[in-house]
Amino acid sequence: MQATHAIPHTGVHEEHHEHAGFWRTYIFSTDHKIIGIQYGITALCFLFFGFLLMMMMRWQIAHPNVPVPIVGPLLEKVLGSVASQGKISAELYNSFGAMHGTIMVFLAIVPLAFAAFGNYVVPLMIGAPDMAFPRVNMASYQSYVVGGVVMLTSFFIPGGAAQAGWTSYSPLATAVATNGQTFWLIGMIFLITSSLLGAVNFIATIIQLRAPGMTWMRLPFFVWSQFVTAFLLLLAFPPLEAASIMQLMDKVAHTSFFLPTGLAVGTLGTISGGGSPLLWQHLFWFLGHPEVYVLILPAMGIVAEIIANNTRKPIWGYKSLVYSALTIGFMSFIVWAHHMYLTGMGVRVATFFQTTTMIISIPSVIILTCMFLSLWGGSIRFNTPMLFVMAFLPMFGIGGLTGLPLGFNFSDLHLHDTYYVIAHFHYIVAPGTIFALFAGIYYWYPKMTGRMMNEFWGQVHFWLSLICMNLIFQPMFAQGMAGMIRRMSDGGANYTAAHNAATGLIVTGGLSDSLIRLHVFILWAVVGLGISQIPFIINFFWSIKHGKPAGSDNPWQATTLEWQTPTPPPHGNFAKAPVVYRGPYEYSVPGHARDFTPQNEPEKA
Amino acid sequence: MEIPYTTEIRKDTGLYNAKVGIWLFLASEVMLFGALFSAYILLRVGSQEGYWPHGWLNIPLGTANTLVLITSSITTVMAWASLKMNNYGKFKFFHAITLCCAITFLCIKSYEYHDKWIHYRIELTNGLTADGHLVEKSPDFNLEKKTGYFVIHGHELDFRNKTGKELQTELNKLYDMRSPEAKTIVYKELKYNASDIVSMRNYAPWQNTYTALYFTLTGLHALHVIGGAIVIFYLWAFGGKMWKEDPERFTNRVEVSGLFWHFVDLVWIFLFPVLYLL
Amino acid sequence: MSEQHTEHPDHFASHVRRYLLVFVALIFGTILTVWASYIRFPTREINVAVALFIAASKASLVAGFFMHLISERKMIYGILCFTAFFFAGLMALTIWSFADFPALTVTH
Repeated sequence: MQATHAIPHTGVHEEHHEHAGFWRTYIFSTDHKIIGIQYGITALCFLFFGFLLMMMMRWQIAHPNVPVPIVGPLLEKVLGSVASQGKISAELYNSFGAMHGTIMVFLAIVPLAFAAFGNYVVPLMIGAPDMAFPRVNMASYQSYVVGGVVMLTSFFIPGGAAQAGWTSYSPLATAVATNGQTFWLIGMIFLITSSLLGAVNFIATIIQLRAPGMTWMRLPFFVWSQFVTAFLLLLAFPPLEAASIMQLMDKVAHTSFFLPTGLAVGTLGTISGGGSPLLWQHLFWFLGHPEVYVLILPAMGIVAEIIANNTRKPIWGYKSLVYSALTIGFMSFIVWAHHMYLTGMGVRVATFFQTTTMIISIPSVIILTCMFLSLWGGSIRFNTPMLFVMAFLPMFGIGGLTGLPLGFNFSDLHLHDTYYVIAHFHYIVAPGTIFALFAGIYYWYPKMTGRMMNEFWGQVHFWLSLICMNLIFQPMFAQGMAGMIRRMSDGGANYTAAHNAATGLIVTGGLSDSLIRLHVFILWAVVGLGISQIPFIINFFWSIKHGKPAGSDNPWQATTLEWQTPTPPPHGNFAKAPVVYRGPYEYSVPGHARDFTPQNEPEKA
Repeated sequence: MEIPYTTEIRKDTGLYNAKVGIWLFLASEVMLFGALFSAYILLRVGSQEGYWPHGWLNIPLGTANTLVLITSSITTVMAWASLKMNNYGKFKFFHAITLCCAITFLCIKSYEYHDKWIHYRIELTNGLTADGHLVEKSPDFNLEKKTGYFVIHGHELDFRNKTGKELQTELNKLYDMRSPEAKTIVYKELKYNASDIVSMRNYAPWQNTYTALYFTLTGLHALHVIGGAIVIFYLWAFGGKMWKEDPERFTNRVEVSGLFWHFVDLVWIFLFPVLYLL
Repeated sequence: MSEQHTEHPDHFASHVRRYLLVFVALIFGTILTVWASYIRFPTREINVAVALFIAASKASLVAGFFMHLISERKMIYGILCFTAFFFAGLMALTIWSFADFPALTVTH
């Protein structure tokens, strides 16, 4: 018995929404497309801000204790003594470092990859009118914004922002004399709530709101990747929330969940002791590891869609891709302690985690292989989205392969906490995930706006970004293998051979001058990367009004359902539920006139 | 196009949307409380021998709270069943009891928290340790300035120069309220001047790992009780309109909020023995 | 076809009987667990095991009958199975990594 009295918050009831004002339509919207765009714009702003933080950090590393050019005086004005004379002090460097990581992971990439693209595209791709719980969706976005504001505010309080890394290890996190850590924890609680609400929404939507005929194995791989990502967020975030609550209690209520007995740090006052710093690490990394798969899976989904579309043939190995994504999701919960090899673990536990870590690399390789194989024999269109996606493949390959020595505990002994780790994960996230996200922006832009982004400047953006990213991160592998530790605010000046010789602390060795000089080289590449984004930012805004009209609702001639709607899709997306007749990648089917068949096109009699 | 399956059941899953949603949310809550329980296990197993408290919490009150929540659980499911049997009046009756149970639970919990808050452990200048509940505090009591006095109802312990079994016996008087030593304690009124006191700490979260866990676990649980009660109150007080307009959707909302409430009861079923009895 | 809005009263009468039985069982379980906690078993671990066993039984009753898990759909079972597995993993692996350490480690 169909419920006909449902409160019409959704549905193609045009009369209601012509009267809905600006606030209801654009700010307090429950429409998944608006919420997706809200997430996207907010996340891109945070991405930009995180980039700026990094630029200042790289300046300090390359030129320790030299005032930051151009923005130095502004820094001093805004932040006070930590930036006296426009120099980045050690405290400021540490807070920039902690916040760069936090902002990039939790405020930029996850909201962009999962919430922005997922919200906009997934309901359209499965033939649904909206997400299952539109108001929960709005609450999720608002919680994210509150969390972001709390995080940003922490820069301006006495003592400054959190300084103990995005990993926030106790006792350091609790001992640093700033309330910035408290702000960080409260911000995290809001962000985690946002993610949990979003995860519930995505999973329920994908399970319940698939259009008739849209069976599980006819779902575009992008939907599968978002489905697995949502499960990771749902089940892995709560332990970090629990840990954050406990660390908040340590900070505010002077408990000792993570503070061991006998700790004598003046800023802590009298504590009861009896706590366990390792407990924080376990709970953090229980989230931390699935989190990195949250960062990569939506990107892999985007890559699959764009490859199929621009090779004009089905993705190779759809079933393998799906089962690999499911396996990655499952395994990601039991590998976390490979981030903790140096905490004094026993051989048996280390072996267990090492084994599961090696096992989880297999489905990742399968996914990458399927993508590579999909290129074979394809009729490749080298447009901007495709360029980004094709670069993703080898870049993610480098990132993934360089992870292997970190996964083995014997080699990790040497590489843990060095620049090698930084290079490894940035290769995955920067020319990896972010490239896929750029590709997604260029790809779905015509569906959102009805116009194409400028192709020439897109290619300029691509080539400059690719070159600069490699120039930034490739040298870091060398620095890391030579023993350069991460998170050093002076760029390693205290560990150079010259410094060691002068102080007589260490007899031989130390970081060589050439390694230190690489910092300056990297800084130039960072500036280059920043400049490379300018054409993108201009292109993004300019093309809204002046881009080449898309010409049709389906300018890429794609098979998936989001392209079979008007542009932009109306509230409620489809007048009535589309019916799906075939899989998602029916490109170049022999005997057909067109080289693609949309999923919802009826069979010819 | 309207969102389907808000009340109608989707054929291949056999579920309506909100039911999928609430079970997903409860799964995440299992991980949340699960992480806190694993923290409890780790911190307790890693604690120093002889210093883990037993019997610091009032068992009759805890048992009463357990019975209160169990009662609220059955009234919750009965409220939903009443709606299924088209009896709105009975729904209101049962959920009224649920809400009373929620308030009772929170009152008992507040009393317990207060009891801990006024329970002090005092290190004295003569090397003894005093432990008891605050009876009276002079208005000018100030530890830093060493003015005023502090009266507790409790006992004194002597840990000076004690090791081994002797130490354990004395420790038991503080940490194991079921030990034979604890049973021999004579509680009386003890008055201390501020100048006799080196330091003092009440049985708040900062007292030790156990109190930290107790307050955090039961505090988070209490927040969930409050949240669940607010939702149930909203449906109880303002549900009449939706019951008339869309009885199926309303029944489903009652079911979904009931599932959350049962989960809150479930967590307490584990919290009670772990914190009160073990 | 959706659930019938009005079930036959007898159908729910049997349900109500079940709920009351569960209620009585839960009360009994509570009294039992308090009583058992006063018994001095040979080791404390046995007390823990007994308490957790009773708690798990009570929880199963609430979950199975009050939350209707005993007649729920496969999808829900699937979600909960994964949750249970990961919860177990969190507990077991964390505790194991505290218990397993290199030979000369000093512990307090």
